[in-house]
Amino acid sequence: MGWGLKEIKASAITQAVAKLCQEANFTLGEDVLSALKQALQTEQSPLGREFLNQIIENTRIAKAEKLPLCQDCGTAVVFLEIGQDVHITGGDLEVAVEEGVRRGYYQGHLRKGIVSQPFSERVNTRDNTPAVIHAEIVPGDRLKITVLPKGGGAENVSRLAMLLPNEGKQGIIELVTKTVEEAGGDSCPPLIIGLGIGGTAEKVMLMAKKALLRKVGEPNPDPEVARLEKEVLIRVNRLGVGPMGFGGSTTALAVHAEVSPTHITSLPVAVNLQCHSARHKEVTL
Amino acid sequence: MTIYITSPISARVIRELTVGDSVLISGIIYTARDAAHQRIIQALENKEELPFELKGQTIYYMGPSPAPPGKVIGAAGPTTSRRMDAYTPRLLAAGVKAFIGKGGRSDEVRKALRKYKAVYLAAAGGAGALLASAIKEAEVIAYDDLGPEAVMRLVVDNFPAVVANDIYGKDLFELGKKEYKGSKQDLEDYPPP
Repeated sequence: MGWGLKEIKASAITQAVAKLCQEANFTLGEDVLSALKQALQTEQSPLGREFLNQIIENTRIAKAEKLPLCQDCGTAVVFLEIGQDVHITGGDLEVAVEEGVRRGYYQGHLRKGIVSQPFSERVNTRDNTPAVIHAEIVPGDRLKITVLPKGGGAENVSRLAMLLPNEGKQGIIELVTKTVEEAGGDSCPPLIIGLGIGGTAEKVMLMAKKALLRKVGEPNPDPEVARLEKEVLIRVNRLGVGPMGFGGSTTALAVHAEVSPTHITSLPVAVNLQCHSARHKEVTL
Repeated sequence: MTIYITSPISARVIRELTVGDSVLISGIIYTARDAAHQRIIQALENKEELPFELKGQTIYYMGPSPAPPGKVIGAAGPTTSRRMDAYTPRLLAAGVKAFIGKGGRSDEVRKALRKYKAVYLAAAGGAGALLASAIKEAEVIAYDDLGPEAVMRLVVDNFPAVVANDIYGKDLFELGKKEYKGSKQDLEDYPPP
């Protein structure tokens, strides 16, 4: 082990972010695609199958023609895992990321969908900035960048609830099913459900968001949490909401739960819904 | 069964459409989202010039991604219709006969659709690239300053959608959910809670 720091140029970060924004918007992950194809086999509603066929065909066209999968190219949510032995040179990290988003959305002909001052003026910033950046310091000398373009339809039906501890598992299941049922077709099901449990109000929502980055259907390593994920998935699929809300047996493709210790008085639960266009790409520098 | 329809959609065709019918739309449709709706409503109140003659027309809730070089339009899927619910009865009163979007509508809109004998069609949310391939011409005709929210006149060819609210008061989202409530899947080897 040396004492040296690994240098990463700010310009390399900009380039990487620009590329990830485009890749994520044009190409759906293989894990999502195979979950959709699996759903096509099990979906009971003919209309639901028709819609699943359309979205599978959509991924083919988007990739071939370099068109965005969805016209809502999302808020650019950027996760940075910064090794503690990394030294960023030639510019500020945040500026480098924002510049990457600006270039990626411009070069890729992606829709710019961010407005300034959310409650009155709502003027489009015209370059999809600012991004939402979540940075954490981790061991090592690498920088991992993940871009998750998050569409508005599903994000708008997110929920945070500070449950009473005695509401327990049942309370969690009820919150998720209620959230999904009320969202109906607005959230563009079949969904991937990010579920955060524990921590504090702000931490739990970030856990729910991060859960969306997991490979679709991969269970939580803790068997008890994995059982809860499965139970929630079954309950959600019994709602009958179905693909696009047209009715059917596939309302969600997966439930990903992340759990964290919490205060003796608390049971924070966050639900972050991801539409079927579950776009995210990552790179490690 | 798939029904081929032409937009503007005639009263006779609208009468034949029932919830759950798959349709392929060809002809002319106009785009409008939240901001454009606000302006259209304002123009109606002030008796100012409208971006297009509303009577008999079809409105698509959509704001595309920018057209890449050589393409007519970028990704062009529907946005959430609920955000337009507050404006819809007024537009129905002004003669609009069909709306295309995604997700369900409010009770007020459903009642108004019935009253004015108009339909709501749901298209595939998140299928922006697929739906773009059904759009043959696209031209911004008003509110250019709204960027992706400007009003466009589109010429479409076999644009796929589903009848979600017909003139008989039925609702696809409600009926669909009822039909498949409690449905089970192969993965269900876990005992019920």
